[in-house]
Amino acid sequence: MIRRALLKALAVPGYQVPFASREMPMPYGWGTGGVQVSAAVLTPDDRLKVIDQGADDTTNAVSIRKFFERTAQVETTERTADATVIQTRHRIPETELVDGQILVYQVPIPEPLRFLEPRETETRKMHELEEYGLMHVKLYEDIARHGTIATSYAYPVKVENRYVMDPSPIPKFDNPKMRMGAIQLFGAGREQRIYALPPWTDVVSLDFEDHPFDPSKADHPCALCGAEDSYLDEVIVDDAGGRMFVCSDTDFCRARRDAGHRGATGRPAAEGAA
Amino acid sequence: MKPLLSVRDVTKRYGARIGCADVSFDLYPGEVMGIVGESGSGKSTLLNCLAGHLAPDAGLVRFDTRDGGMRDTITMSEPERRMLARTDWAFVHQNARDGLRMSVSAGGNVGERLMAVGARNYGTIRASAEDWLGRVEIDTTRIDDRPSAFSGGMQQRLQIARNLVTAPRLVFMDEPTGGLDVSVQARLLDLLRGLVRDMGLSAIVVTHDLAVVRLLAHRLIVMKDGHAVEAGLTDQVLDDPQHAYTQLLVSSVLQV
Repeated sequence: MIRRALLKALAVPGYQVPFASREMPMPYGWGTGGVQVSAAVLTPDDRLKVIDQGADDTTNAVSIRKFFERTAQVETTERTADATVIQTRHRIPETELVDGQILVYQVPIPEPLRFLEPRETETRKMHELEEYGLMHVKLYEDIARHGTIATSYAYPVKVENRYVMDPSPIPKFDNPKMRMGAIQLFGAGREQRIYALPPWTDVVSLDFEDHPFDPSKADHPCALCGAEDSYLDEVIVDDAGGRMFVCSDTDFCRARRDAGHRGATGRPAAEGAA
Repeated sequence: MKPLLSVRDVTKRYGARIGCADVSFDLYPGEVMGIVGESGSGKSTLLNCLAGHLAPDAGLVRFDTRDGGMRDTITMSEPERRMLARTDWAFVHQNARDGLRMSVSAGGNVGERLMAVGARNYGTIRASAEDWLGRVEIDTTRIDDRPSAFSGGMQQRLQIARNLVTAPRLVFMDEPTGGLDVSVQARLLDLLRGLVRDMGLSAIVVTHDLAVVRLLAHRLIVMKDGHAVEAGLTDQVLDDPQHAYTQLLVSSVLQV
């Protein structure tokens, strides 16, 4: 049933396919949609990687990885390049994903128009008739209030010049990466929606001519590995205002440190906290 | 002259009850038609049938579209009808809250229709929002305020600006001055009269206020129990009412 919904979603990129979401051994909001999609696509030959905000070692990522180790008897990995299925919450890995890989997103609110138009009947009609003026009203409000488009995550995109889609709350820094060689599947368990992007689908972030889309990130290098092109987390290190910026993608950061890169406070991975 | 809107025998029933029955009229470009009658006489039902919010059970509503000539708006496809509703048509609700997005700034409210028809330049959208706020006499420094911070009269004027920004050719108004105090009403009517004349708008105004139609409308339809009982030039109908109900209506107006 979920596999059929996935096929339909892949056939109509960006369209939200309703599906009968099942009870999962975890509460809504912890990735029930992602888990169902992962369970539907995993085969015994797959190698699974699970990340939460880019990190392999957070509670949720560890739990879901163990869950599938036990129930699906699949191998797991932390290395992006080795994985065939990657379940993610709120990030796209820094390492480029390629043909043969599947990226599964956990989605809290699949409807990009939801906060502007609360009626489901109306938002469906708006998708049906391509009435997307309202999405730009939100961006207009951002500029009117903050001077720039202040939306920094869950930044709306238009898929193949047809459906407006919520890319799940990934930072807008990741939006340009959505045009990729891997298959992208989105599962929203509580909202009972699945949508998908086949490889190399055209994904365009919405913007204004005079306020173009800007995939911003913190203006620092990673304190551990020195990377200047990766998305960074700001970590408060003491109660005197001390802070450091580190890669949100832990696998990417570890691999760079293993290869000898060092940031301002960097140590080899073996000694690092991760 | 070709009519802009041609209405023939429009009937809408609610089960066994009649909403409106066998209403016919033509509206010509630049003309304002008033529809008056007491509560429950079918004025709003008729207006909603004409504006595509309700599907009439029988009758024809034909509109002179920009590119396709006279088209029946009841049988045209929904995308086409909704396209008309945000370009050539405008609908001013009695309650401004029904016609505005209360959580979006005044500028965003005015700009929405522009963005809906494809405007993608923030500077231009903002400039026309400012222009329209000025035209409806709202201080342009309030462009980023939400309508919830506006008075009732300002909300109503904002709703009008939001509707007229795409230069529609036909405006539907449902009690545009209802619930406003008399001095605010007078200013609003003044504004509407100016806009109708300057933009050459055609309008259909539903109201129970005879003073409003006297000022705004060229022609008048009087409705009673779902039927149009009298129609004619506004002054003629109000000064020399023929139908018993119209006579009652005209004589019921309080003299100050």
